[in-house]
Amino acid sequence: MNAVLTDWNIARRQIVGNAVSIGFAVAMYGVSFGALGTTTGLTIPQTMALSLLMFTGASQFTIVSTLASGGTALTAVIASWLMGTRNAAYSMRMTPILKASGAGRLVAVQLTIDESTAMGLAQDETAFEGRASRLAFWSTGLSVYLLWNLATFIGAISVSAIGDPKSFGLDAAIAAGLFALVWPQIKSRTDLSVAFGGALIALALTPIVPPGIPVLAAALVSVIVGWATSRRLS
Amino acid sequence: MWFAVLAGAAGCYALKFVGSVIPAHILEQPTVKKIVLLLPISLLSALVAVQTFATSQSLVVDARVPALAAATVALRFKTPFILVVLIAAATAAALRYFGLAV
Repeated sequence: MNAVLTDWNIARRQIVGNAVSIGFAVAMYGVSFGALGTTTGLTIPQTMALSLLMFTGASQFTIVSTLASGGTALTAVIASWLMGTRNAAYSMRMTPILKASGAGRLVAVQLTIDESTAMGLAQDETAFEGRASRLAFWSTGLSVYLLWNLATFIGAISVSAIGDPKSFGLDAAIAAGLFALVWPQIKSRTDLSVAFGGALIALALTPIVPPGIPVLAAALVSVIVGWATSRRLS
Repeated sequence: MWFAVLAGAAGCYALKFVGSVIPAHILEQPTVKKIVLLLPISLLSALVAVQTFATSQSLVVDARVPALAAATVALRFKTPFILVVLIAAATAAALRYFGLAV
């Protein structure tokens, strides 16, 4: 019995340690997001509201850069939703593992993002009666939430101090940041063709339709390719 | 702007919530699964393209293009996120400072 307790103590320390390091890694993105938010015309409270309430990085970068490129509020909102669809899949996967109820469940839902799900699923689901998976999810979710918001705040206030964002290359930094987000997701030739297809459609439509729409139109590539490839497999 | 911020946030929370209540078999469908996986790729790639080449509704080649090229090299060498962003910003800033690009 003592052996089990000792094992759990070691496992617990390891899980929480990993959760904190992930939080710090993600905070780097948070600073960039905060800086981006305020340079593209959001106020500090609006930028903070995105990190506190939306709390899903890719959607946050999407809504802000769509607004920055002149897209309407509606297209920016829809683009952020499309980007957030994968969180639905994550929370479906995590719900039976977390077994949370009431307010705990509503909080768990908000903390369901790439990092917390990946950490939760990286544990053996049966280890320590599921406690390892649950601790990994909760500690990662909470550490990312705290550090992401703190980092957003630091980024947001530090940028409002500087002058012309273009002379600091911040417009290029946005492009590079988005590129760094998509880069690790491209793992196959299908992914690569979806990436190129999306980029080409967006560029082709840019001179013709209002800003924001080209990015939404690019989502069609995923729908068509996703439908066609899964059809071919079955 | 508050409309976009709050509507965007509400929708993103709703998506997370929906996943916790709908029957598993809907999202487990291979077609739905594949589309959900591919959506961020086309959206982010489109954003990268627009953010690099578009100035409102016209396509231009300016300091952002060499900056993205520098970021690509950095990504190939598995450089951490923050450095990739800084390298791109520094490239564009330097080209503009020396008057080599707009």
